[in-house]
Amino acid sequence: MTGKTSATHFWQGNEACAEATIAAGCRFFAGYPITPASEIFEHLARRLPQAGGITIQMEDEIASIGAVIGASWAGAKAMTATSGPGFSLMQELIGYAFMTETPCVVVDVQRAGPSTGQATKAGQGDVMQARWGTHGDYTSIALSPNSVQEMFDLTIRAFNLAETYRTPVVLLADEVVAHMREQAVIPPSNQIKITNRKKPKPTDKAFFNGEDIAPMPSVGEGYNVPVTGSTHNEHGYRFTADRTVHEKLVKNLIRKIRDNAGKIVDYESLNVDDCDVGVVSFGCTSRAIHETIELAKKKGLTVGSVRLKTIWPFPEEAVRNMAKNVKVIVVPELNMREMFYEVERVVHGAVPVVPLNKIGGGEMITPEELLAEIARSVKKVD
Amino acid sequence: MQKRNEVRIAGLGGQGVVLAGKILGRAAVHDGKRVVQTQSYGAEARGSAAKSEVIIADERIGFPKVRKCDVLVAMSQNALDKYLKDLKEDGTLLVDESMVREVPEIKARVFNVPATKMAETKLKLKICANMIMLGALVKATGMVSQEAVEKAITQSVLDKAQKVNIQGFRIGLELVKQ
Amino acid sequence: MTETFTIRNYLRDIKLPFCPGCGCLTVISRFLRAVHELGHKDLSKFVFCSGIGCAAWIPSPHFKADSIHTAHGRSIPVATGIKLMRPDLNVVVFGGDGDLAGIGLSHLVHAARRNLDIAVFMVNNMIYGMTGGQVAPTTPLGTKTTTTPYGSFEHPLDVPSLLVTAGASYAARWTTAHGEQLKEAMKKALATRGFAFVEAVSPCPTAFGRRAGFKDVAEIIRWFRESSVPLEEAEKMTAEDLTKKIVVGEFVYRKISTFTEALYRTIREAEKSAETK
Repeated sequence: MTGKTSATHFWQGNEACAEATIAAGCRFFAGYPITPASEIFEHLARRLPQAGGITIQMEDEIASIGAVIGASWAGAKAMTATSGPGFSLMQELIGYAFMTETPCVVVDVQRAGPSTGQATKAGQGDVMQARWGTHGDYTSIALSPNSVQEMFDLTIRAFNLAETYRTPVVLLADEVVAHMREQAVIPPSNQIKITNRKKPKPTDKAFFNGEDIAPMPSVGEGYNVPVTGSTHNEHGYRFTADRTVHEKLVKNLIRKIRDNAGKIVDYESLNVDDCDVGVVSFGCTSRAIHETIELAKKKGLTVGSVRLKTIWPFPEEAVRNMAKNVKVIVVPELNMREMFYEVERVVHGAVPVVPLNKIGGGEMITPEELLAEIARSVKKVD
Repeated sequence: MQKRNEVRIAGLGGQGVVLAGKILGRAAVHDGKRVVQTQSYGAEARGSAAKSEVIIADERIGFPKVRKCDVLVAMSQNALDKYLKDLKEDGTLLVDESMVREVPEIKARVFNVPATKMAETKLKLKICANMIMLGALVKATGMVSQEAVEKAITQSVLDKAQKVNIQGFRIGLELVKQ
Repeated sequence: MTETFTIRNYLRDIKLPFCPGCGCLTVISRFLRAVHELGHKDLSKFVFCSGIGCAAWIPSPHFKADSIHTAHGRSIPVATGIKLMRPDLNVVVFGGDGDLAGIGLSHLVHAARRNLDIAVFMVNNMIYGMTGGQVAPTTPLGTKTTTTPYGSFEHPLDVPSLLVTAGASYAARWTTAHGEQLKEAMKKALATRGFAFVEAVSPCPTAFGRRAGFKDVAEIIRWFRESSVPLEEAEKMTAEDLTKKIVVGEFVYRKISTFTEALYRTIREAEKSAETK
């Protein structure tokens, strides 16, 4: 739906994500039905073939991420979309994508878990799974949209980051943002910034495990590249016992994200230089913040906000800076404390950090509830 | 018209409450408003409680869910019992009287609309009750323009279903006498 | 064939990791000879996918080719993504019986159902060899393994028959004692349009033979020869008679519409409908 001119659409979040997928240049989607993510697949099943792309319903989520990895090595930008149960099933191959430096995008539309939980109801309980979901050592990128507009914008960004850093990127959406409809302004296609993976020169031989991100060949280009989830050197040859090769590989996987965190991290701050109370929020929960600030003003409380657009890498500086100005930080989330511990770690005792948690029934934390917790927290520290 | 209108359309899965909300939202977009539409439904495909919420405002909308509604559309007894408490005193209640046994005495304006019955008799299509309720809502509140709704209907349903849905909407308009 | 077969044209100069007597070595030489006889001077038109297990090491990294060595059981999903994006390449999967018929079985069945245009070569050593000799879905009833020390109490899976039902274009089984037939079956699989499957029953003297009561690899090979029954004969035998037998031959060969053909037809139509709108 991107065209020569900018256009305003009344889209569902999942629809915006699907349209962004096409705009980002993705031409392969594999998935398995799951609420509340299915609309992404359904929309792409209709639209992607019109753009010459492929969608395929695989036999499960494991096969879906497997096919995405295969398509990525065949040169395509590729994506899958799922929710908690499917995200859990995908974790082993997401680890494979980290290890083999395979760019791909995984959308996780969070719902209330664990297990089947409440399949149609919103949750934000996959924050840590997006960081630590697969085994071993690595670091990850996860983006958190809070509007239909951002379901579009951050999907584009997810592909760009995946291509730039040769890594899986998680778009950590939630049921509310995925199913809500609101206006989204879509820029003309020539104004959407698209990044493509670095390709090798014919003489290149090193495709992995570099100090810099190595160029990525595709199969069938004549590079005879061995790709393996085993520990491997820069040529892709496995070293199943050598300590130094393993250490270099894993440290490079971590470093390529950590050293570029400054470029990756994105957040939106409001009022942070002049406030008594700070709020750190993300996704649908952050939709309460504007109204909370207004309601607080009427009570004589000044509230500042850091709203995370990247959850991983965590915007440490922004939160740490906010902690310098406030008496207390409140962390509202639709889970039983995940982001809270990360904020506490970063704030490191500088100010008290107070959790505000709500789970089940698809209910959100309302501005009134957030305000009440803010007022209570201020009272406690005063 | 007030700056912000919060609407909840509630009923059972299969009654098309989500579609009605979607069309109302899209119509408001055509009228140049800011809109957020959300929905809630059970895990079952049919028969469980379902609701759709639309917030229409002149300015950017933060919190997307309805807390106190200006308009409640109840298409089942359950929906009425569950959500009546959230209706503002000066709000508007529209009930599908074919689906609701009793409406308590309240201060809000009440419109009893025989939507399901009319859908069955006039349109021979029970599932168009949602459009009749939408027509009644538009006539009762003037929240969005009739033209915008009809445009939104044509954008939201399959070609072959457009005529009957617009017919349903117009029946709803006529059922409410101002 | 004008040129002589030189295995080093296809293999990297890396020591192969297989035990002495391992059937993987036979499978490699038969496969590469099949490739040679089909006229490929190198493997540039091939992509190999494998999972985890001894047989998964056949292509990776030993073949001079692109090879994707995936996680346990997941070679076929990855091969699916590659084949759909690059229908012009020959996508070939190597795997063991545990990898393909155990943890990865549903992918195998669904690839056959879709009639996905890939060739799958399953090296069936009837055991989990790399992990030290645990019972596999293909282990004969009564066999002693490290996890069935009193003998296996499960029936083994007849994979080619399953894939006939699932919808494969081609399915065959031979043993490594049938080198020529195995090579010919591989050639036919590589030339098949649609899903092609060849099972190579293969000796594992290290993890299977010793516990199962075989003195050495020669004895396993003798067992393969003596217990092999051609499919046509097997059809006349009772299920009980067949329990100790290895049924060999071509289970199916048929020309049916393939997955990439149908998929690309659909895409072309969708593109056209978008243009006319």
